[in-house]
Amino acid sequence: MVAVLALLPLGFVTGYTISVGWTEVQRLVFRPRTGELLWNTVRLTGGCVLLCAAIGTGAAWLVERSALHGRRFWHVVLVAPLAIPAFVNSYGWVSLLPQATGYTGALLIVTLSYFPFVYLPVAASLRGLDPALEEVSYALGQGSWRTFWRVVLPQLRPALLGGCLLVALHLLAEFGALQMLRFPTFTTAIYDQYQSSYNGPAANMLATVLVLCCLLLLVAELRLRGRARYARIGTGVARPVPRIRLGWWTSPVLLGLSLLAALALAVPLGSLGYWLVTGASTDFAPDELVTAAASSLSLSAIAAVSTVVLAVPVGWLAIRHRGWLSTIVERSTYFGNALPGIVVALALVTIGIRAAPGLYQTTAMLVAGYVILFLPRAVVNVRAALAQAPPVLDDVAHSLGLSRLATLRRVTLPLIAPGLGAGAALVFIAVVTELTATLLLAPTGTQTLATQFWSHSDSIAYGAAAPYAAAMVLLSAPAALLLTRDATRTTHP
Amino acid sequence: MLTLYNAQHDDLVKALVDGFTKETGIKVNIRSGKDFELANQIVQEGGASPADVFLTENSPAMSLVDSKNLFAKVDDATLAQVPAQFVPSSRNWTGFAARSTVLAYNTHALTPAQLPGSLLDLAQPQWQGKIGIAPAGADFQAIVSAVLELKGEAATAQWLAGLKANAKIYQGNIPVLRAVDSGEIQAGVIYHYYWYKDRAESGAGSANTELKFFGGKDPGGFVSVSGAGVLASGKNQAQAQQFVRYLTGANGQRILADSKALEYSIASGVPSNPRLKPLTELDPPAVDVSKLNGPKVVELMQKAGLI
Repeated sequence: MVAVLALLPLGFVTGYTISVGWTEVQRLVFRPRTGELLWNTVRLTGGCVLLCAAIGTGAAWLVERSALHGRRFWHVVLVAPLAIPAFVNSYGWVSLLPQATGYTGALLIVTLSYFPFVYLPVAASLRGLDPALEEVSYALGQGSWRTFWRVVLPQLRPALLGGCLLVALHLLAEFGALQMLRFPTFTTAIYDQYQSSYNGPAANMLATVLVLCCLLLLVAELRLRGRARYARIGTGVARPVPRIRLGWWTSPVLLGLSLLAALALAVPLGSLGYWLVTGASTDFAPDELVTAAASSLSLSAIAAVSTVVLAVPVGWLAIRHRGWLSTIVERSTYFGNALPGIVVALALVTIGIRAAPGLYQTTAMLVAGYVILFLPRAVVNVRAALAQAPPVLDDVAHSLGLSRLATLRRVTLPLIAPGLGAGAALVFIAVVTELTATLLLAPTGTQTLATQFWSHSDSIAYGAAAPYAAAMVLLSAPAALLLTRDATRTTHP
Repeated sequence: MLTLYNAQHDDLVKALVDGFTKETGIKVNIRSGKDFELANQIVQEGGASPADVFLTENSPAMSLVDSKNLFAKVDDATLAQVPAQFVPSSRNWTGFAARSTVLAYNTHALTPAQLPGSLLDLAQPQWQGKIGIAPAGADFQAIVSAVLELKGEAATAQWLAGLKANAKIYQGNIPVLRAVDSGEIQAGVIYHYYWYKDRAESGAGSANTELKFFGGKDPGGFVSVSGAGVLASGKNQAQAQQFVRYLTGANGQRILADSKALEYSIASGVPSNPRLKPLTELDPPAVDVSKLNGPKVVELMQKAGLI
């Protein structure tokens, strides 16, 4: 069921491609512009994934394994960029440094927005690792570098690759930030096509190419992850992990982390503050802001809960019942995330008005769109949590006479609760800032913070948009904070 | 309760809708988007569309919906309020506001004598890297449509190829104006009111710029029409017709002229905002608004690699 829902837009795009005919496909796909967009998308995704992997893993290791001071503080700082939507971040940068556009600008700014996607799962994974393995490595005379490369890193593989996959899929679908940074990729081009033509045959063709990119990523990640199992029994020894002293590295490390924080947080927030002050002159209706914030809040909450509820069976199948069928089900949920919101939304418009006219332009339809778009964020987290929850505990519960449902409720769910919370928080943040699907699917008259921000930044001055951007950051902040708290709970049960 | 699919600027339409509701007591539910986003949505919805009225910034999206036979005829009494050049020959929708194409230029980089005589000159090699356009939006597509209508396919294709080589691409009129103002580029193609609005607010984004109106029936003097139409599938036909009549009537046009939108009022003899260069002095080329050809324009722009 979940897979069918997730595959609806893909089916729409494929069906459309077939109906268009091969010669038209050739005309629209095999043109220089497609090559240009493909190259842009590939080098941005590749570069950003590498940078995010390096920064995310490095920062996670520093917080979890080194004797750095103020680790709790740094943990919060490193998760906090998630509360700043990528397009708000981009705006902050561009209004300060108009040259920060094109490839270099886009690469740096998007990396600053996305590296927590790698940092979070890797940090959580490091915390969940059994320190005994590392101690064995030290006891065998290996240094800390070699231990990291040969013992720690291989165990981080699912978390690291999951994070990288999220970053990559996210980039394939990123619209607002890249539009602002003037770096055209498939998604911005697809959006442009929809803006300038009927039914966008060209847009659907570009979406097909995007789907192929997504397929490639999914297969690559699956290959790289391998078939190892990562669960262990018990929460490990109740003794703190020996932390590596940084020695003379302390100052450069602190400097680096401060720089990262300044670039990822201080710049966008500072520029937002500047616009709030400058924009105070533009007429601004507080009641509109409150209404928009309320609908953003309720939509995000409903979508977060629905998405996580649907992600549990998918993650459970993927971890506990491995096989080609469960792999297909799990992987199929990722396509929605790589397709731009506008493609998913138009597919739902077309299908919805015919198949379920009663649901058309209702909150239910909009939430279905959100679920399709953001399911992977929940699935990645649920899967990672399940991967570390030993199945033998379920078996024990069964043998003690608990039913399947009771086992789920009393054993499995509590074990994976942090994963569920993290998934819900990520979906919540994503929905707060979602734009294109909201515009097309929302009940008429519904305005969210994101749609208001774009409407203002489009027509008047950025000053008028600033309050909405600030409200988005404020609304996302508790969810981002939740992400840090869940992690702590794992450390101190 | 009317359902309005609105691609015009939100603040303008909110003022118009408030005036309408005050006068008639009819409430209006607004759904916002961009020209082709909403036009695509209406076409996808077909006869089941919940929309009663559709408003756009430019005419090509109206032509798209019209080409699918989704509009009801606009009442003759309404069309009588609008000068003939702003009504399509099908009479299935009507213009209610207008905007002029202009070239915004940086006064430190260019003197009036150095400006191109025609919009088509921007394709010449001496402008390479010095100009900006926003080709993705409906605004620019309307301008290309006018060039196509006036100069034919071959000349348009050649012009677009020149623009692809010369122009920096921006995501809308405001970013183009900002880039001209900061000196990133020397000149950019926009619609007039973005400049006037900035001047009216603070002038911060246009202090180093002036406008060139091409005039002389040049394609660069094209005046684009914002459209209003009644959907044939709408459940509130009479009220929808009433709304379009209000938009083009004296009260609606006065709200338009007095608003901060600074677009041209065109109907019921209501003069435009006095800040603007008068509509009668623009000397635009004669273009039949219903001839502006969306699909062909998109194809040409795709071929040129602009979208």
